[in-house]
Amino acid sequence: MAEVILLNRSDIRRALTRIAHEVAERNRGTADLVLVGMRTRGVPLARRLARILSELEGQPVPVGELDITLYRDDLPMRGLRPTLQQTDIPVDITGKVVVLVDDVLYTGRTVRAALDALMDFGRPRRVQLAVLIDRGHRELPIRADYVGKNVPTSRREEVQVRLEEVDGTDEVLLIKPEA
Amino acid sequence: MEPNTLSPERQDVGSLVPGAPVRRRHVLDLDDFTAEEVDYVLYTAARMKEILGRPIPRVATLRGRTVVNCFYEESTRTRVSFELAAKALGADVVNLAAAGSSVAKGESLIDTVLTLQALGADFVVIRHPQSGAPYLVAQHVRASVINAGDGWHAHPTQALLDLFTIKEHFGRIAGLKVVIVGDILHSRVARSNVWGLTKLGAEVVLCGPPTLLPRTMVSAELWPAVTVEYDLDRALTGAHVVMPLRLQRERQQAGLLPSLREYIRLYQVNSKRLELARPEAVVMHPGPMNEGVEIASEVAHGPRSLVTRQVANGVAVRMALLYLLSGAVVEG
Repeated sequence: MAEVILLNRSDIRRALTRIAHEVAERNRGTADLVLVGMRTRGVPLARRLARILSELEGQPVPVGELDITLYRDDLPMRGLRPTLQQTDIPVDITGKVVVLVDDVLYTGRTVRAALDALMDFGRPRRVQLAVLIDRGHRELPIRADYVGKNVPTSRREEVQVRLEEVDGTDEVLLIKPEA
Repeated sequence: MEPNTLSPERQDVGSLVPGAPVRRRHVLDLDDFTAEEVDYVLYTAARMKEILGRPIPRVATLRGRTVVNCFYEESTRTRVSFELAAKALGADVVNLAAAGSSVAKGESLIDTVLTLQALGADFVVIRHPQSGAPYLVAQHVRASVINAGDGWHAHPTQALLDLFTIKEHFGRIAGLKVVIVGDILHSRVARSNVWGLTKLGAEVVLCGPPTLLPRTMVSAELWPAVTVEYDLDRALTGAHVVMPLRLQRERQQAGLLPSLREYIRLYQVNSKRLELARPEAVVMHPGPMNEGVEIASEVAHGPRSLVTRQVANGVAVRMALLYLLSGAVVEG
């Protein structure tokens, strides 16, 4: 196994700062904005984005947490059920602009599930997608509005995002199987 | 539905993910559950309760699965609760009442269940007047069997929703004193609750007239944390949770009670008696209540009553079980 560091701590910080600026620019501020992090690592990313945005715009941005396990389309018929994580959407999202936040965008199936879940909470005016890494290989017509870094990958490779809040360190690795 | 925010007096049931997932295929009683497994069910139920608080309280996780409610005995809340739980997870539900089905024509239990299986049941939820009936069914079907009450024996989903409600209210179960009052002998709710409560570290006091609570039914070896107390005032002293059981009037006809009036005088949970319990004590009842018999109306609907909360939590607990059992592997 060979590991390549795609982003280090400073790279992640810069990418999130840029994304926050893009979010504020595209939405003309942060009024009506709700960030929703997708479990697990989308949640700390959403919190970091909210912190930067509140410094930029001078008002707090609400952050929600979404567990999409029950909306997945790949739960096998047989086998141990995944452990459910907490979902907490602290504000009514109807009429709001929701920015879904995830660490890696790959097939798009997780985002599809998240969109389904979100619609059970209300009817947002608009939903946007922010990801730290877009590694390609989409299986559904889904794209990100904000991307930290585009990384061309092969399906055999693995992208691993590690965040201080979950993993004790900030870095993004590309793991290549031995040839 | 209640909002999905937790009020101060309502604790999140396990914000930390517990460690032992549920690998079982059936839920027949709580005697074969580990404490960790019970915790995992309660944790999952808390996640399900959040779903029930959403504007659209429904997910599609069990789409294409079929739950058959097989009730050989009357029930309103348990059957409706299972039905709502199954529908909230997107499953199809078929209700079979014994009257009006081929059961009334003398079909055997196993034949009925095999027929339901041939029709595609993934879950069989069974209530039966005969203790052990769900075990028999579980031996003959590929579906997951959930015991919704069998005879005097067990009612595990009621016990789990009681545990959930206690944990939601107090934030813990270990170290609490829980008093179950009334017709313990004929109560499947009491039996399953004793298993669940003692596994999670509660102290359980069973209280009732000796005819409805023979000392021999409590094994000190099996249930070391259980005590028997025939005096309600003594039992209630220091209690956190008081759980009166429904008194069936047939018990008097069977000669187990001298009179209803005496039972009320000695064993009714009323507001005056409750003063002996802890100031923060709560009252729970598995329903249906005989107000004015085992529980006074002012208690049943009073500020300490968690009865309606129990009913709401029952749906979340049953959703958790359906979800956790839905991946059960069948050998062969």
